[in-house]
Amino acid sequence: MALALAGLCLVLCAWAADLQPIPPFGARVTDLTGTLDAQQKQTLSDELEALEKRKGSRMAVLIVPSTAPESIEQYSIRVTDSWLLARTDKHTQDGVLFTVAKDDHHVRIEVGRDLEGAITDVAASRIIREYVAPKFRANDYYGGIHDALDALIKLIDGEQLPAPLSDDRAQQKAPGFFDVLFIALLVTVGMRGALHGIPSLPRALLTGAIGAGIVWFLTSIVVAAAGMGVLGFLLGLFGGGGGGFASGGGFGGWGGGGLGGGGWSSGGGSFGGSSDSGGGGFSGGSGGGFAGGGASGSW
Amino acid sequence: MPMRRLALLLLTLFLLGGCGYNTIQVKDEAVTAAWSEVVNQYQRRADLVPNLVNTVKGYAQHEEETLTKVIEARAAATKVTINPGDLSDEAKMKQFQAAQGELSGALSRLIAVSENYPNLKADELFKDLLAQLEGTENRIAVARNHYIGTVQEYNVFIRSFPQNLTAKMFGYSPKANFTVENEKAISTAPTVDFNKPAPPQPPKP
Repeated sequence: MALALAGLCLVLCAWAADLQPIPPFGARVTDLTGTLDAQQKQTLSDELEALEKRKGSRMAVLIVPSTAPESIEQYSIRVTDSWLLARTDKHTQDGVLFTVAKDDHHVRIEVGRDLEGAITDVAASRIIREYVAPKFRANDYYGGIHDALDALIKLIDGEQLPAPLSDDRAQQKAPGFFDVLFIALLVTVGMRGALHGIPSLPRALLTGAIGAGIVWFLTSIVVAAAGMGVLGFLLGLFGGGGGGFASGGGFGGWGGGGLGGGGWSSGGGSFGGSSDSGGGGFSGGSGGGFAGGGASGSW
Repeated sequence: MPMRRLALLLLTLFLLGGCGYNTIQVKDEAVTAAWSEVVNQYQRRADLVPNLVNTVKGYAQHEEETLTKVIEARAAATKVTINPGDLSDEAKMKQFQAAQGELSGALSRLIAVSENYPNLKADELFKDLLAQLEGTENRIAVARNHYIGTVQEYNVFIRSFPQNLTAKMFGYSPKANFTVENEKAISTAPTVDFNKPAPPQPPKP
């Protein structure tokens, strides 16, 4: 009977081989098991927030019931790929993810590339063996996590890292922006030359629209597209004559026009981070940056 | 005249961007970088082996055969290298994989054997080395995974129209990927046999 049940269970498990979903990114402490109470979560995430303010390093805690069918290593690297634990500039990958699979009795410390020197595999493994496992065995989950975070924070504090970014979002750059601008400008100038036979107002409207369309299509930055539109309109309006590339006129408006600061810094439009600034909310950051460093353990 | 200039302009733009030459460069370089990471992590494992072997040797002199196998497999594995230029070579890739797989097998036998030595298992240095080895194996898995993804992206890109023309023109061929090493071993279910050879009965009085 027991054997039959076990067999049935195996079959069911094989059916349910879908991977565990990754919880949405947003808080520093995510507990899907209801192990920690609100007060404890707040304390932990305050500590982590202080760490980020001080060192710029982003650490998160994730408690899930189980990672089956994957191993905790596979699950945790999948989470770090989708959570935004690296810094926005992507140059400093100093995130840490502390994953607990409560029912599996597995725990893992996933360390970002740039912290692999400070939190070596050995250090991570010792933290799990000496701080986490004994307390978890005694059902003191909060104590274990708290001690482990303290130890990790001490290690990170001893590491020279780039200063925290004052405003993470301002660092976000739309890649290849000037390439796009260049192409749009070329096409617009070409258009103006090509259309020089028709009256100036329709021509201006047409070149403006095409320029704006190109920028909009390639960067999806509204302000920049509008700026290009205005520029194209001016080019179309005034650049009557020969239609040569070097003919003056329209180029005058280039520096000061709608292309200035405005559109630029709003470039982070596609940004995934939650901007919830209240207790424990994360903002900014980028995904990836983990190469599988860290250690796992069980209790 | 302006019409012709416009046509020329559009044609140049199309040629620059449309045939995917630049994107092939980007993806090709991504594959090379991912491969370097794979090699880097395998190297890290090879560097760990001497320390591990020495530590085990201190406690388990009787396991000479297992230890020798690890050393030999390590030596063989470090000999097989692939230059980024040869990544399209399936045979070389198989060879590389086989050599590294040999070392993986030897190492896991070593770990299994070490279970029999409580003093060794309690040794702090051994515990640390094991943590490093586990970490490195995990890094290898992550690096391989990343390589597989990057190669897939590259291969799909250069096989799609119209980039396949560009790729052919400039001699970019699909890259070899990791394959499952022990396909046979995985597809046959392991047999669990509890009927151990009966332990010698205590002699009856």
